Amino acid sequence: MCLTQHFWQFLVPGITLGSLYALIAIGYTLVYGVLQLINFAHSEVFMTGGFAGLFITQALVTAGLTPHGADSVLYTVTGLVGGAVFGAVVAFLLERVAYRPLRRRNAPRLVYLITAIGASLFLSNLAGKLFGRDRTNIPELYANDVVFTLFGAQVRVQQLVIIGTALAMMLLLDTVVNRSKLGAGIRAVAQDAQTASLMGVNINRVISQTFVIGGLLGGAAGFLFGSYLNVHYQMGFLPGIKAFAAAVLGGIGNIRGAMLGGLLLGIVESVSQSCMSSQWIDVVAFVVLILVLMFRPTGILGQRLGRAA
Amino acid sequence: MATPQAREEALLTVRKVTLRFGGLTSLSEVDLSLYRGEIRSVIGPNGAGKTSLFNCLTGVYTPQEGTIEFITADGTPTQLVSGPPRRRRSRKPHVVNRAGIARTFQNIRLFAALSAFENVKIAAETRQRTGPIGAMLRLPHARANERRSDARTRELLDFVGLRQVADELASSLPYGVQRRLEIARALATDPALLLLDEPAAGTNPTEKRQLEGLIRRINTDLGVTVLLIEHDMKLVMSVADRVTVLNFGRVIAEGRPEEVQRDPVVVEAYLGSTEEKP
Amino acid sequence: MTVGELPLAVRRPRRIDPRWLRLGGWLVLGALLCVMTSTEEGTPSDHWLVVRTALGSTKLIGWLLAGAIVWALLEVWRARGLGTVVSGRTAGVRGRWHEITGGRRAHWLFLGIAAVAAIVIPQFLSEFYQRVLVDQVAVFVLLAVGLNVVVGWAGLLDLGYVAFFAIGAYTAGYFTRALPVKPPFHLNPFVILPVAVVVCLVAGLLLGAPTLRLRGDYLAIVTLGFHEIVQLFLVNKNNWTGGNQGAFGIPHFSINIFGIHYQWTLASLPYWYLFIAMLAVLVFLFDRLEHSKVGRSWTAIREDEVAAAANGVPTVKYKLMAFAIGASTSGLSGVLYASRIGYINPASFPVVLSITVLSYVIFGGMGSLVGVIVGAALLTFLPAVFQEQNIVRQEDIPMWIGAILVVMMIFRSQGLIPSRRRRRELGLAAQGVSDADAMSETPEGRA
Ligand SMILES: Nc1ncnc2c1ncn2[C@@H]1O[C@H](COP(=O)(O)OP(=O)(O)OP(=O)(O)O)[C@@H](O)[C@H]1O
Ligand SMILES: [Mg+2]
Repeated sequence: MCLTQHFWQFLVPGITLGSLYALIAIGYTLVYGVLQLINFAHSEVFMTGGFAGLFITQALVTAGLTPHGADSVLYTVTGLVGGAVFGAVVAFLLERVAYRPLRRRNAPRLVYLITAIGASLFLSNLAGKLFGRDRTNIPELYANDVVFTLFGAQVRVQQLVIIGTALAMMLLLDTVVNRSKLGAGIRAVAQDAQTASLMGVNINRVISQTFVIGGLLGGAAGFLFGSYLNVHYQMGFLPGIKAFAAAVLGGIGNIRGAMLGGLLLGIVESVSQSCMSSQWIDVVAFVVLILVLMFRPTGILGQRLGRAA
Repeated sequence: MATPQAREEALLTVRKVTLRFGGLTSLSEVDLSLYRGEIRSVIGPNGAGKTSLFNCLTGVYTPQEGTIEFITADGTPTQLVSGPPRRRRSRKPHVVNRAGIARTFQNIRLFAALSAFENVKIAAETRQRTGPIGAMLRLPHARANERRSDARTRELLDFVGLRQVADELASSLPYGVQRRLEIARALATDPALLLLDEPAAGTNPTEKRQLEGLIRRINTDLGVTVLLIEHDMKLVMSVADRVTVLNFGRVIAEGRPEEVQRDPVVVEAYLGSTEEKP
Repeated sequence: MTVGELPLAVRRPRRIDPRWLRLGGWLVLGALLCVMTSTEEGTPSDHWLVVRTALGSTKLIGWLLAGAIVWALLEVWRARGLGTVVSGRTAGVRGRWHEITGGRRAHWLFLGIAAVAAIVIPQFLSEFYQRVLVDQVAVFVLLAVGLNVVVGWAGLLDLGYVAFFAIGAYTAGYFTRALPVKPPFHLNPFVILPVAVVVCLVAGLLLGAPTLRLRGDYLAIVTLGFHEIVQLFLVNKNNWTGGNQGAFGIPHFSINIFGIHYQWTLASLPYWYLFIAMLAVLVFLFDRLEHSKVGRSWTAIREDEVAAAANGVPTVKYKLMAFAIGASTSGLSGVLYASRIGYINPASFPVVLSITVLSYVIFGGMGSLVGVIVGAALLTFLPAVFQEQNIVRQEDIPMWIGAILVVMMIFRSQGLIPSRRRRRELGLAAQGVSDADAMSETPEGRA
């Protein structure tokens, strides 16, 4: 009853949020695929994208004036690219500075995880110190009009921008992973790193590239998310955990699984708003995570990229 | 040497076990009956499915088809795999061990940072009932158990001839010694059936001779049934009562060692395989 | 051309001398430290305040110089091969040192000295430091000793540890009628201790049972989520928990049996001795646990889960046991904390606190009781001192904690005072033998 009543109201916001979760989840799943590591610091890659987008668009937009037409497109693309690039830079440095020394030493997984958590804590609080700890809004880059109504629910420009960008990036990524030499390298390392290195795959390079790809998507998601809500030094924490839950839901290590899981989680989370008060919404993702782990730990699509459980 | 034919009492019965990994079938309709008290050897070329068979028996892998029945110490038959086709379950590895099946690993898996003594002691303690409260308060039964497992550990180290390296780190021991330590650890769980996965691999001739004696003593002195995977034919011929030959996941021959050795199908399997092991 | 070939196309063949790259690294690190040590903080109206003031000050020159000097020293060190020379010369001494510090006797000697110091020294401290000792050092040492069971001994990563601390504290609030929801009967805090232990034990079992069957790293994320849910519950379930305001007026401990009457008050010292007594009991019990069948089983699981299971160790049961023991220790500390402070609210138990406690355990040396006690004591006492002296802002402490975790993992993952077993394990893992945590595979994994 409660579901059917407001279903359409919450569907589009759900897809919007879900496509962002999907973008972040891909970063988790890629790194998990090649390193079997939950990269906790990925949420800070996402946050970096938010801040980079914020600063770039603040520099471009005159305060108080909403740009039109070509300017809107230009500024949005610049913010997006800026977020993606800075996200990628942080992801790359993270791998270089924090994880690579551990790999050289063949450190146990506990050590990797603790490093990831430490890096996450460090980066988010460094950002808090540098840029302040209040929420900041990304300036409006276009008039956020209602484009059309879907079964009584309004669909706005911003939602379409987010969904469209995310889908485009996912399609591009899917092509890259499945068609290109780079993708072949990633898949080879995920299957069996040892054999891949014997076959002449440069593992370090593939891992760097994996982090960069994850960082590009995560950073872009950070900018989109920041313009949807706001930018904050801890903005990565909850979306990060939820995106990881989405990755597990789809089957960790499986890229299409991450996309599907992200969308599904976003929709479930948003739609369940019609049944419960919104303060409890964050619980949904964890409940989904625990249910998946209990009943289908390999996720919906199975763990294709990496090893089986 | 016990003659199994004298009392044909099955300890372990494997029926039509099939194990697949995606498209690859590593065991197909394997049948195997093991008699109480015998030393059975499983041989076959590399990749024949020998280790996979062990993993099915010990609950590491769940075969898609077939049954495995084991007679526990109190005489009750236990199914090690059960459930309807798509939801089959193996007994958990530690449950299998408690039922009376112990194993060693092809690639030695000792607790590397612990001493030889501790390695065996951990296994010797698993049947005891000491819980966290007993351990924290060092209650009388916990102390008695501790003394018992210490004694049992010393006994087993003596049995495999490793008393003098008891306090050395497992990882610092020579390869052959590590193999014997792994056997001692397996024996510490009081098994009725011991699965040995290539215990002679990487050992020198002296160690092989010692191992041969050890396997015999395990069988006669401790009364443990032994299932032995081995590539070293000399060892197999001298200790095994019967031999089962696997090739491409199928049982292609079974019988007394000298019969099997002459079997043209077996000769063909070994000559036909890329890696020949005499 | 596909996207995949791009990196090849733009790659330049010329390589920069790695020495200059390292210099660059050190200079960047110097600048970063210059920013990190700034006592200012950015604001939404001026995002670049800190960066501008820190990098614009003369302090920067000092930091860059320091970076360059460290670089130069390290280059000389490297060029002369001094590393091997020194490690060769000091090998004997270090071996002796490890032998002495790692041994059982040194362990008890240290704990004895620490106990005497803990009893005597606080008498001579000012009220401020006494308060730091109780509210920071004692609470977190107790927490760290419990988390050590989970992380150090069982090799599991629990990121929701402080949620059990909160559960313990709210249990105390409930049974002392401080919460909006009233209990059927009123209990003395001493009686609440075992109650909270049982409550947290059960909560730990409920959370652990579905997750511990799986690969170990999922536990990390599930426990993090659990902590978040507990937070949400405390904040939103106003009519039970008092919401953001929390609960006030939780009574102090008191003894009133066999004609002995004693009432703890706001004074710090009596609480300090209460905490120390609890800690002594726990250390005594946990030390026995480590050197018992249970502790050995944990070690076996950490090193090789498949082999442990094949030799009859019920791996899930032992992981669950460690998890539950950790949870109940956390709950116990929660009761002590609630009663000491007198009021509790959700903000006292933020998610980052779980990670903070983890960092104490890691810093001190996971698996070593002495290590985690020293680690937690140092990392709680020093920040309090720095804060008092206005050297570090309170908000920046998580940043430093994060930095310490990363640096520690890269350069000394065994911690300050490692346990002997742990050091060996990490050493062996580096050579590709064995493992050092319980998260690589399930017993039904590969063999
Ligand atoms: N976990 C697994 N995933 C996929 N394939 C597997 C797995 N384990 C075993 N196999 C395959 O099953 C087949 C049988 O392997 P198994 O290890 O049982 O052979 P083996 O007889 O023990 O060989 P060897 O003499 O080399 O030890 C091989 O083709 C192997 O690649
Ligand atoms: Mg094998």
